[in-house]
Amino acid sequence: MNFISDPITFIANWLTNLMIGWGMSPDVINVLLKFIGAFLLGTFGFALVIFTIWLERKLYGRIQDRIGPNRVGPWGIFQTFPDMIKIFTKEYITPIGADKIVYNLAPILSVSAVLLTWAVIPFAPTIVGSDLNVGVIYLMAVGSIGALGIILAGWSSNNKYSLIGGFRAVAQVVSYEVPMILALLIPVLLGQTMGVNSLVYAQNIWFIFLSPIAAMIFFISCLAETGRAPFDLLEAESELVAGYQTEYSGLKFGMFYVGEFLHAFTISALMATLFLGGWRGPWAEQVPILGVFWFFIKAFIVYFFVVLIRISMPRLRIDQMLNFNWKFLTPLALVLLVVTAIVEKSFLLITPGMNLSETALPWIRAGIHLFANLILILITIQILKTHRVKEVRVVAKPRPVAVAPEPPASVIS
Amino acid sequence: MIPLSWYLIFAASLFCIGLYGVLVRKNAIAILLGIELMLNSVNINLIAFWRYRDPEGIAGQAFAIIVFAVAAAEVAVGLALIISIYRRRATVVADDINLMKW
Amino acid sequence: MSAEQIIFLIVAAVTLVAGLSVVTSRNLIHSALWLILTLAGIAVFYVLLDAGFFAVIQVVVYIGAIAILFIFAVMLTRRVMQDSGSQSNSNWWLGAIIALLLFVGIVLIFINWQDFATLQPELTNSSGKLSELGLALVSPDQYVLPFELASVLLVAGMIGAIFVAGEKKR
Repeated sequence: MNFISDPITFIANWLTNLMIGWGMSPDVINVLLKFIGAFLLGTFGFALVIFTIWLERKLYGRIQDRIGPNRVGPWGIFQTFPDMIKIFTKEYITPIGADKIVYNLAPILSVSAVLLTWAVIPFAPTIVGSDLNVGVIYLMAVGSIGALGIILAGWSSNNKYSLIGGFRAVAQVVSYEVPMILALLIPVLLGQTMGVNSLVYAQNIWFIFLSPIAAMIFFISCLAETGRAPFDLLEAESELVAGYQTEYSGLKFGMFYVGEFLHAFTISALMATLFLGGWRGPWAEQVPILGVFWFFIKAFIVYFFVVLIRISMPRLRIDQMLNFNWKFLTPLALVLLVVTAIVEKSFLLITPGMNLSETALPWIRAGIHLFANLILILITIQILKTHRVKEVRVVAKPRPVAVAPEPPASVIS
Repeated sequence: MIPLSWYLIFAASLFCIGLYGVLVRKNAIAILLGIELMLNSVNINLIAFWRYRDPEGIAGQAFAIIVFAVAAAEVAVGLALIISIYRRRATVVADDINLMKW
Repeated sequence: MSAEQIIFLIVAAVTLVAGLSVVTSRNLIHSALWLILTLAGIAVFYVLLDAGFFAVIQVVVYIGAIAILFIFAVMLTRRVMQDSGSQSNSNWWLGAIIALLLFVGIVLIFINWQDFATLQPELTNSSGKLSELGLALVSPDQYVLPFELASVLLVAGMIGAIFVAGEKKR
């Protein structure tokens, strides 16, 4: 293989030969190379955050009819660096009675949950951190570690508001994991594999066209998992001081902040990988660098929508959020799973009987799935209409009782 | 290479640590923690035997999945019971929940 | 000592120390956190045993759900922030003796078993294992009955837990 078709293996082989020349054993070189790879992936995640924070602030500014940061560097590109220096140099204030080990562990767990997600996202056909064949469940697993960080942060701060904020945050995150997992099962059904890179290989037609409902459920659940608007009750400044992050200052708060931004970009990358075809694009298989380019274009388009939704929607209450999840999203996701499985199985049973051309088969399958989804959307809208809040009927005109009687006609004229 | 004996001794020691937790701790939730340790050690045993004796079969894996499900259900119901007891008696110390002692 | 053996010994040591801290820690939240470390160590063992699916299921089910449930239960059932006094009851020496006897008994039984020190056989077809497991869990002549019974058990557990721990409506 050469550098163009398989860059990671090429660099690994070159480094291995170099280190064998220095006299190290192959076992040790293997472990060392894996550590170097993990370290580079983590650093890449943080470098992405620096760019993403600037992008978000510029977008906020432009949508709100102002300019956004423009002082530090051309178009304010280096604005994140002064922010980082400010957060680094702030004082750490640990509350009295806080459980020191748990208090320091919570932001680390929160950030590592997000960084671990990047291990299975394929940037190109051959550039992937770790090609697990259970990648989709791995995504769920590291999602649940984030919830752990939140409850530990809320409890260890020795503060009632942090505790209540932590409880509400964990209720939200754990509740929205259910439709997320169910919506993640739809690409697994359609692609017949659980590995993320294999799912991108299986997307000759993007899964968002095969199952738009699954894409929508996954998107909404991921927004709620992250704690982004309109689900940002977790950090509602006007309600619970700062929720579970109240007692954190300095770099610990910076880690929560960075973790949240990285999580927002991570869910855009996941949406792009699982539903928009990942690194697929013209000439992506031959030149992997081009695959990286397509992947980032799709991820940034989804991220633009995430920022747009954040900036334009009001905040939901906790009971509205949980009702929405348990009474709408979860039944819809379950019904969608059953319908998709039935449609897929009956398609497999029917097609050997008919003689169709080979190239038309995926398009017919896509059409049938899309049709089933549209019927499901229509049925859902009908059911929602019957539960609509009825207009209050006006029974009688209100009588004015505290108004002075009309003066006699002679006084007016 | 790792012989089977290492896994079995490890699982046995984890089981005995869990047993110690169940027999010795006062708090009812701590007893449940010990039970969780025992269930995990049993799972390790099942998967180790599957891997070393019959890697082509499915019986060990299916059994381990059922143990996962049973452990999850048991923890949920156990903790619900403990919370309900706490509401009535304001204590979770196992020695104080002795109304049925004669 | 190959790299695999070194990794096994390190992870086994960490997991056993964490397990001991679960049952001897005075603070109950710390016990729950040590339990999380134990469960993570067991997930690494599943990976060493070529059962990657079980490793991720362990993290999702145990660490992502059961451990959080334990932390919530501990937070909802305590009256003061710090625990006071010893967490072990008065017969702890008897419990230690029983656990030690059981361990010695198990090891003695195993030493006399002739297959005790077998090495790992090679896996011939490792990529189709997952679909085989899925098919085995739903095919009528294999394991569909335990699978369905486990589902019924989970539904019953869910309804029961909500009913037992829920607020009684006046």
